[in-house]
Amino acid sequence: MKTICFYFEIHQMFHLKRYRFFDINADHYYYDDYVNETGIEEVAEKSYMPALSALKEMIRQSNGSFRFALGISGVALDQLEMHAPDVIEMLQELAATGCCEFVAQPYSYGLSSLKDVEGFKDEVKRQCSKIRQLFGRTPSVFANSNMIYSDEIGAVVAGLGFKGMFTEGAKHILGWKSPHYVYNCNLAPNLKLLLRDFNLSDDISLRFSNPDWSEYPLFADKYIAKIAAMPEAEQVINICMDLSAFGMAQPLSSNILEFLKAIPACAAEKSMTFSTPSEIIAGLAPASSIDVPYPISWCDEERDTSPWEGNVMQREALDKLYGIAERVRLCNNRLIKQDWDCLQACDNFHYMTTKNSGITVDRGIFDSPFDAFTNYMNILADFVNRVNELFPEGMDNEEINSYTTVVNNQNDEIKFLKGRLDTANCEIAELKQQVEKLRMEEKPKAEAEEKPAPRKAARAKKTSAK
Amino acid sequence: MKVLMFGWEFPPHILGGLGTASYGMTRGLSKQEDMDIVFCIPKPWGDEDQSFVKLIGMNSTPVVWRDVSRDYVAERVGKYMDPQLYFDLRDHIYADFNYMHTNDLGCIEFSGRYPDNLHEEINNYSIVAGVVARQQQFDIIHSHDWLTYPAGIHAKQVSGKPLVIHVHATDYDRSRGNVNPTVYAIEKNGMDYADHIMCVSELTRQTVINKYHQDPRKVTAVHNAVDPVSQEVLDIVPHHNPKEKIVTFLGRITMQKGPEYFVEAAALVLSKTKHVRFVMAGNGDMMNQMIQLAAERGIADHFHFPGFMRGKQVYEVLKSSDVYIMPSVSEPFGISPLEAMQVSVPTIISKQSGCAEILDKCIKIDYWDIHAMADAIYSICTRPSLYGYLREEGKKEVDAITWENVGKKIRTIYDAVLKNYR
Repeated sequence: MKTICFYFEIHQMFHLKRYRFFDINADHYYYDDYVNETGIEEVAEKSYMPALSALKEMIRQSNGSFRFALGISGVALDQLEMHAPDVIEMLQELAATGCCEFVAQPYSYGLSSLKDVEGFKDEVKRQCSKIRQLFGRTPSVFANSNMIYSDEIGAVVAGLGFKGMFTEGAKHILGWKSPHYVYNCNLAPNLKLLLRDFNLSDDISLRFSNPDWSEYPLFADKYIAKIAAMPEAEQVINICMDLSAFGMAQPLSSNILEFLKAIPACAAEKSMTFSTPSEIIAGLAPASSIDVPYPISWCDEERDTSPWEGNVMQREALDKLYGIAERVRLCNNRLIKQDWDCLQACDNFHYMTTKNSGITVDRGIFDSPFDAFTNYMNILADFVNRVNELFPEGMDNEEINSYTTVVNNQNDEIKFLKGRLDTANCEIAELKQQVEKLRMEEKPKAEAEEKPAPRKAARAKKTSAK
Repeated sequence: MKVLMFGWEFPPHILGGLGTASYGMTRGLSKQEDMDIVFCIPKPWGDEDQSFVKLIGMNSTPVVWRDVSRDYVAERVGKYMDPQLYFDLRDHIYADFNYMHTNDLGCIEFSGRYPDNLHEEINNYSIVAGVVARQQQFDIIHSHDWLTYPAGIHAKQVSGKPLVIHVHATDYDRSRGNVNPTVYAIEKNGMDYADHIMCVSELTRQTVINKYHQDPRKVTAVHNAVDPVSQEVLDIVPHHNPKEKIVTFLGRITMQKGPEYFVEAAALVLSKTKHVRFVMAGNGDMMNQMIQLAAERGIADHFHFPGFMRGKQVYEVLKSSDVYIMPSVSEPFGISPLEAMQVSVPTIISKQSGCAEILDKCIKIDYWDIHAMADAIYSICTRPSLYGYLREEGKKEVDAITWENVGKKIRTIYDAVLKNYR
C-alpha cells in the first residue's frame, strides 16, 4: 500500500536594505522594513492563508486521514508574528487537528550545517523550542534549509536526537535506486532518510500552470494514477515544496488549490493513504543506506550547494560571516544574535549567484550579483565591527574562549557556593525556628510554673543559654 | 560581394572610437572569403594596414582633370595607392569643380580630423564620393557615422545600389539632448535615404527610432566587438602599489562622458578611505572645470589628470589600474570598457552605455547614482573575491566577443537588404 507524505515549507528572509559603505559604523539597522512588511503581507494573503485553509478543509473533509508536514524557519516565524499573526493562528489551528506534523529546521534557514556545526546545533535547538512554544509540539524529524544533506550533516542531525530527515532524491546520489523507499544515513544508521520525488513535486510547484508543458493541464486523478502506476514495492512518495508554490509560483487562478483538494478523494479510490514523516519512520524499515559524501540540495539541475557557494564572492562572504561565528556565540547581546540569524539566511547568498541556470534569479532590490555582494559585504563589515567591539581585536578566539571558560567556571563556582550558602542559610533559619519553637513550648510551661517556682524557671533558662 | 565603405578614421591615425570600430568591423567582414571591401577615408597616411581592405584616399581622388605624369603620381600617392587607380578615377570626373580649391593633382585637401570647417569637409567628401562611386564596381554601400552619410547618399544616387548606414553615435548622445540642427538634419537625411540602419546598440537603435522617426523594421542593433590585444600590450608590466588602489577614467572629458559624477563619487570614497587614487586621463572641454571641482571637494591630492593618452600609453595606464570606470551619460556603445576588461581590469560602466547590453561581468550603475558608483569602487578595492571574479570572468567574457561574429551578422543584413532591394 502506498502512502503519500506531503511536506510544505515556509521561509521568508529578512530583506536587507540598501546599505552603502558610508553607513558602515554609522547605521546598525540592516533591514528594509517596507519590503519585509509588504512582502510578508502579500505572500500571506495570496498564498499562505488560502493554502493553509485549503489544507485545513482537506483534513476536516477526510476526517483526519489527510495528513502532512510543515517546516517553518525561525526567521519566517518571527516575520509572521510581526506582520501576519493570522497565519500563526491558522498554523495553531492546524496543530490542534493533530494531522499536521511540524518539522525542525535551522532557525536562520542558513548554511551553518556546512560551515559552523556548533552554531547549527544551537539554531536547530532554538527552532525546536520556538515550535514547542508556539504550537506545543516537539519536532522529531528534521529538514535542512534547501534540503541540504551530506553524510556528516546526517550524523550531526542524528546526534541531536532526530529520528528522520528529509532530503532531495537527487539522481546522482540514488543512481538506479528509487526515492520511494526509506533509506538511512550511512554514518548514523538510526537516522532514516525521506527522499523527495522531484518529478512529482515539480509537477505541482514548477510546472502546474505552464500551458507548454506536455502534461498540461494536470488533474488530481491523472496525478494519482501516475503514482498508482509505480511498482507495488515502492511505498513512500514524498512530495515536498515551498508552500508559496500555491499562489505565488503558481497563481491561484490556475485552480491549483482545487487540484490539491481533489487529491485525497482520488487517493482514497486507489486506496492510498497519507502519512506524516514520523509515522513513516515509525512504520517502515530502511531499504539500505545511501552515501552522500558531498552535500546535496534541492536546487538547480546540479542539486548541489553551488547556488550559495558557487563563486568566489559567495565563498568570501560565507567565510567572513562564519569566521566570526564563535565570537557571536560568545557574546550575549540580543540584537547581535538577532542580526546573526538574519544575515545567515541563504537567500542573501543566492542573490550573489552568477550561475546561468536558465531561470532568471530574483535578486530582490539588487540588479546584479555584484550589487548584492557589495551591499551584503558592507552590512557584514558593520556587523563584524560590532561583534569585535565586544571583544579586544587582537585576541584570538581561543584566548577569548579560555577567558570565557574561566569566567563561566567562576560563575558556576559562584552559583555553587551561593547554593551552599543558601542551604546553609536555610539550615540556620530552620535551626532558629526550632529554637523559637522550643522557646514557645517552654514559655507556657514556665508561665505555669512561674508563680509556684519562679526561681526554677530562671535557672532553667540559664542552663539552656549555656 | 563587393562593399563600398565610407569612413572618417582608420587606424593607426584615430581620434576616437569610430576608427577602431570601423577597422575591426571591416577586418571581421573580410574574414569571409567572397568579401571584397573598398574603404574610403579622407586622408590616408601610408602606414595603414591594407592587407584585408583596399583604401581610397579622398584627398588623392581627383575632381578636376590635371595632366600629370604617372611617375609624378607614383611619387605623390604611391605610398598608399596604386597610381593606375588615380588615372581610373580621373576618367570619372563628373562635373566642373574648377571653382574649388584643388591641388596640383586636382584633388581636394582634407584634414582627416574634426576641424572647425567640418561641414565644408563633409560636403567635399561627398563631392569626391561621386567620383569614387562612378569608378568603382560594388553591390552595396556602407557609410560609417553621420560625417559620411551625404557621401553614401550621393553614391547611392549615382550607382543605384542600396545604402546601409552605420550609426556609431547620434547627436543626442553628444549633446545630452540639445541637438545641433544642422547635424540632426544630416543624420536624419542619411537615415531617411538608407535602406537599412545598423546601430551599435539597442540604446542607439531606440534613439534612432524615437528621435529620428525611423521604421523599427529597418533598424538593427549590431554591437561592436574588440580586437584581441597585441603581445606588446600583454608584455607591459603594470606597476602596482600594494598599499594604494588606482581608479581610472579614460576618455574625452566632455559632458557626454559624465566626468563630474566620477569626481563626486571619488570624493565620497575618499571621505571613507585614503588608500585610493583617482586618475582622469584624457582631454576635453570640461577638463578645467573638473580640476576645479576636484579642488573644491578637497581631493586634489588624490585626483590626477595626466592628460591625453594614445597607443601604448592607454594600456600602461589601464594595466596599472585596479578599477576602470566609464560613467557616460549617454554612450552609444563605448569600446573602452572592453579594452579594460581585455587587460583584466574590473570595470564599472553606466547603464546608459550601449556596451552594457552585451556585458555581464562588470558592475553597471546609473550614471547619476554617485552613491552606487562610490560603493562599487569601494567594494572592488576592498573585497579581493569581487576583484578577482571581475578580473578573470570579465576577461573571459570580453574575449568571446569577436569582430568575426559581428561580420557575420552584418553579412546577413547585407544579404537581406540585397534580396529586398528592387
